[in-house]
Amino acid sequence: MTVFAAPDDEAAVQAAVAEAHATRQPLRLRAGGSKQALGQPVPQAAVLDVSGVTGITRYEPGALVIEAKAATPLAEIEAALAEHGQMLAFEPPDFRALLGSSGAPTIGGAVAGNQSGPRRVQGGACRDYLLGVRFVDGQGQLVRNGGRVMKNVTGLDLSKLQCGAYGTLGVLTEVALKVLPRPEASATLRFEGITLERGVKLFAQALTTPFEVSGAAWAEGTAWLRIEGLTAQVAYRRDKLSALLADDGPTPMDADDPAAPWSSIRDCTGFADHDGPVWRLSLKASLTPGILSALSDRLGARGMVDQGGAVLWLALPDADPAQADAIRAAIPNGQGHAMLFRGPAPLRTAVPVFQPQAPRLERIAADLCARFDPAGILNPGLMRA
Amino acid sequence: MSSIQMAPPDPGVMSRRDQIVAELAKVLPADAVISDTFETLAYECDGLSAYRCPPLAVVLPHDTAQVAAVMATCHRLGVPVVPRGSGTSLSGGALPTADSVILGTARLNGVLETDYDNRFIRVQTGITNLAVTGAVEGDGFFYAPDPSSQLACAIAGNIAMNSGGAHCLKYGVTTNNLLGVTLVLADGEVVEIGGPAPDAPGLDLLGVICGSEGQLGVVTEATLRILPKPEGARPVMIGFDSAEVAGHCVADIIRSGVLPVAIEYMDRPCIEVVENFAHAGYPLCEALLIVEVEGSDAEIADQLDRITAIAERLNPVEMRVSESAGESALIWKGRKSAFGAMGQINDYMCLDGTVPVSALPATLKRIAELSAEHGLKVANVFHAGDGNMHPLILFDANTPGDLERAEAFGFDILRACVDAGGCLTGEHGVGIEKRDLMTYQFSAEDLEAQMQVKDVFDPAWKLNPTKVFPLDLSAARRAAHD
Repeated sequence: MTVFAAPDDEAAVQAAVAEAHATRQPLRLRAGGSKQALGQPVPQAAVLDVSGVTGITRYEPGALVIEAKAATPLAEIEAALAEHGQMLAFEPPDFRALLGSSGAPTIGGAVAGNQSGPRRVQGGACRDYLLGVRFVDGQGQLVRNGGRVMKNVTGLDLSKLQCGAYGTLGVLTEVALKVLPRPEASATLRFEGITLERGVKLFAQALTTPFEVSGAAWAEGTAWLRIEGLTAQVAYRRDKLSALLADDGPTPMDADDPAAPWSSIRDCTGFADHDGPVWRLSLKASLTPGILSALSDRLGARGMVDQGGAVLWLALPDADPAQADAIRAAIPNGQGHAMLFRGPAPLRTAVPVFQPQAPRLERIAADLCARFDPAGILNPGLMRA
Repeated sequence: MSSIQMAPPDPGVMSRRDQIVAELAKVLPADAVISDTFETLAYECDGLSAYRCPPLAVVLPHDTAQVAAVMATCHRLGVPVVPRGSGTSLSGGALPTADSVILGTARLNGVLETDYDNRFIRVQTGITNLAVTGAVEGDGFFYAPDPSSQLACAIAGNIAMNSGGAHCLKYGVTTNNLLGVTLVLADGEVVEIGGPAPDAPGLDLLGVICGSEGQLGVVTEATLRILPKPEGARPVMIGFDSAEVAGHCVADIIRSGVLPVAIEYMDRPCIEVVENFAHAGYPLCEALLIVEVEGSDAEIADQLDRITAIAERLNPVEMRVSESAGESALIWKGRKSAFGAMGQINDYMCLDGTVPVSALPATLKRIAELSAEHGLKVANVFHAGDGNMHPLILFDANTPGDLERAEAFGFDILRACVDAGGCLTGEHGVGIEKRDLMTYQFSAEDLEAQMQVKDVFDPAWKLNPTKVFPLDLSAARRAAHD
């Protein structure tokens, strides 16, 4: 793909987008480049390389707020936060192994995809930590929304609208995020020989205690629970949960145990070496065992589960477009949705990557895109078949 | 009387009042339409009671289908609709215009589904905030957002205003606890957005609907996240002889890794009034913090030890750790009665700007300067952990000109919040109250982008049309469809 422009500041992004708008030049937005394989392919696009729009602009540990330009590498942000014992609490994933990509994952990419890790089950998603954005709309206008304070209801929340819009409503140039203290201690309980059906019940038991379980995942007959917090708190909660779930045979693991699964669950590395398509399903957790069982029988799917059952990663044996309908048909209406997370470009062209919605909602989404990007130049078609 | 202008009502709509009421009566049961001008008076204002205007009519539908019928009817007849929850808005969000139909959610008050395994509850949105917790607390759960009007305020209004509360430092505000909605669009079509699964597919429409102040549609049903109740909670009360030191204390606590559920702040004028009223045993000092933590007894003790150690280094004038439920209740009694206590001695205007936590001391200083300039007293009581300030401007509603002076003072405070890197409203909403200040915080492009979203959801600009956006900016859009 040819590079249309490589702006290194907000004004240059505005100029580049304005020019693309004038010439109706479709753009594929790229910062680090690690997530280019997400979404429907964007044909006839030239790259808008915003990787130069980088750098932390403000960090106030005492206010739990960080602001950074959109292409700032996540690693740079995590390192700055770690110096003050803080973190991005939504645990942004690194999908490079799964997607077979390279380049540095950026904060703008995490926000554009609303990507969150296992802690989402307790602490919320990327969108829940997003306090404000600056973005350039499809005509090159700069728009600011939200701010850098934790409580803000001033006007419509366009920040959330941008979060998960994959750049189709604007080019993010800067984001402000709430951060949290890193937990002082962390512990994991491992349960072996657990069916997914039992696993999701176990998760429900654990997640309905007051012990703030911050990870609940399952893969290949093993379930894990994570507890994080102050040192005394973690020991107490681990013991309470162990007692509550004694029949399932919990084994405590230390935080630094290399077998602790949280980063591989977060990044879905378990399916990195798998050859076929990978789907990501968001579900009402209690439905997940039945859905995995049905799709294993029907399509030979393998599953891995995060967030107490609410996220089901599926590995399919081959790239058959008919699978999309079969997977979506297995999800009761309104109880979840499925995204083709990884697949060869022809498959991502042949099937809707994102689950189609009710016609009126599709129309609202299309109208919003048309308002923010009247020439249809920002990642056009990435979110819709 | 007061300085905030309302758009003149549409005479075309006013002249068709009888027809409009008759058409509404065709699609609703008899008890759901109120058109008697004496009865509609009850809906002439919300919590911003300085502004009043009786609506054309009031409808109180019983279910989503009836709401859809009302919306379709009003859409067809070109009638503005002002959605209303319990009418507790402090910003005029539910203030009628004379040509509008008030769509009240009072009769939409059922619990539709509780699901503990998946930790959600689905309700009709006229249910009060406290009744949501009431429906699940017997089983050990609660609904986290807790605005101080929670006994009266409806979930519909909470969603419209993205309400917060004292405990959002830990649990977030409404938008962080809202999983799905049934939304009736301006033309009467009903859509389902989100639900019990995380991360609704496609664009985050739920995120922009929450906090949209009734601009985008009417939410009739909601799926809300419920949480297991903590084992216990206890506060510590810490008094300082300077606002600046109290501000440092807040930042130091937050930085330390302890995450309290609430950090509340009161200044001397507020402490004096509250202490007279509630006798909570507050020290008469410049700044009082109430910091609450949650967990088991041992966890609470551990966290309170850390907090008191931080405070100790800053030489507090007094520090009192609650040792019992009774002591906790007493410490909270003063804070919770602050607005009521203030109301007994004075008329007051409650503001709602937010500033970065680091800017709290400087902003308090600026407020004191403005108080002297305007010649009106101010008391401060607010959520310090998240920088959401609630200055209470004291005035006398019976003194001509005092309300206008108070409003002018309030505007200056809100501008100071924006200047400090904050915003006009943290949890009360823009409504009409902060509408004309929006251009102070946002550029024309920023507001145009927001109005474009309204264009998509409400192309005719008939939903709560004179709120949130400055009238001159929205005039062309509103006029295009008259």
